[in-house]
Amino acid sequence: MNETAWQGYLRSDGRKGIRNIILVVYTVECASHVAHAIGRDEDDVHVIGFPGCYDNQYAIRMILALGRHPNIGAVLAVGLGCEYTQPAKIAQTVRESGRPADAFFIQENGGTKASIDRGKQTIARLRAEMNSQTQMVPMGWSDLVVGSECGGSDGTSGLAGNPVVGAFFDLLVDRGGSAIFEEIVEMIGLRHILDARAASPQARTQLLAAYDKAEHYCREVRQYSVAPGNFAGGLTTIEEKSMGAFAKSGSRPIQGVIRVAERPPHNGLWLLDSVPDPHFMQFGYTNPNDTEGIMDLICAGSQIILFVTGRGSVIGSAVSPLIKVTGNSITYNRMRDDMDFNAGRILTGNITLPAAAEELAALVQAVAAGQQSKPEALGHREYFLMYKHQDTPALDAGCRA
Amino acid sequence: MGSHPAASPPVAFQINAADNVATLLEPAMPGPVVVRGSAGEKQIVAEQAIEHGHKIAIATIAPGESIIKFGVVIGAATRAIQQGEWVHLHNCSSRLDERSNAFDVRTGVPEDVTYE
Repeated sequence: MNETAWQGYLRSDGRKGIRNIILVVYTVECASHVAHAIGRDEDDVHVIGFPGCYDNQYAIRMILALGRHPNIGAVLAVGLGCEYTQPAKIAQTVRESGRPADAFFIQENGGTKASIDRGKQTIARLRAEMNSQTQMVPMGWSDLVVGSECGGSDGTSGLAGNPVVGAFFDLLVDRGGSAIFEEIVEMIGLRHILDARAASPQARTQLLAAYDKAEHYCREVRQYSVAPGNFAGGLTTIEEKSMGAFAKSGSRPIQGVIRVAERPPHNGLWLLDSVPDPHFMQFGYTNPNDTEGIMDLICAGSQIILFVTGRGSVIGSAVSPLIKVTGNSITYNRMRDDMDFNAGRILTGNITLPAAAEELAALVQAVAAGQQSKPEALGHREYFLMYKHQDTPALDAGCRA
Repeated sequence: MGSHPAASPPVAFQINAADNVATLLEPAMPGPVVVRGSAGEKQIVAEQAIEHGHKIAIATIAPGESIIKFGVVIGAATRAIQQGEWVHLHNCSSRLDERSNAFDVRTGVPEDVTYE
């Protein structure tokens, strides 16, 4: 089953990474310049951060999930010195996961230049520790978690781009791996289909509860995810648009619902719910931009992201390589440097859907084995962390307890 | 792919064998259209001009009958639809969105909100 294997980085929780990245985390926007300057010209350093001065449990959970992500080998947290979010607590939690980590405040370190110098020195030390500690082990499909997202969609996304990702998800799940999809607000109208795809009675309860919350949210904010441009382009109903997006999930049973910064309890296909829970104020839009959804998928442990774009988005992602799939051959040819996979060949009759899914699987495996995806090679490292509220009592004992 | 694109009929893509609509990959004029996809390939006749990305009925659909795409119901026919007809807001309605029939069929612009 798992005869295809490549080398991965073993972490203390048993998960395996496909990259060994040092993550620099800033804890307020005021520290972002220094954090980015520390990461400049360091190939194995990625930078993420949270812009707010006031902290937020949801954002803290995301930072900790990213700091202990299988693709991350070490962490440096950098703060200004007067914000709520605590760099030292982040570093402490990451150290407890067996990874080298450090933290400092810019105000206690003599300002911009001294902090950049200290950061560079710290990175060098963390890298040496990381490289001497990290164990390489064989890794296969069952160790892989892949997330899928779509954005900059056009008429081909529902016809070819999303279906090829769905067909690949079927292969991945059949080979023992894990697949995660999200964008539940683009599943409105598909309640009966979610119901029919539930792997167990418990999964059914979770799926229907997540669906009902999303539909309620759409009703509350009076917004369905369909617009005049969609109609003009040929989409007639929200059900039609939803189904085009839902095609990313493939056809296998859904094991249940996870929430942001939670990991799938076991392998298989999972739905990620990123819709805010009711709170004293309804802050936090569900999907303010594509990068936000991608970060949610990475926080769940996805080592690779498949991003479907018909019109041609150029984003990549920090922490996990992003593979760009387009169903539009014109977009593929126009943006060849950015696009990894042309699913438009399905529409021209040049390849069948199952054959395209096998080809995509080979590409995913190559990227898992170390080949850079197009956005990764171009240096795309987008990230986005925001204020939001979700009830996750089991996780609340984290950083601030 | 063809040596002279104007000579070959436009292609509509059928996603699922159960679908009664296909999506045009290029604009169609009244006349032959090739339907390609999971149910193999066949030729039908477009009754009217239909834009790229829009849907063509590949079967005759009765009033109230489901419009099927991706193998699932995406709406209901609000009147009889002949094979080869354009399927859109003028003859297909969402089962959820109450505003479904309140949009201009060409531009998609809502017509149920007044601007004085």
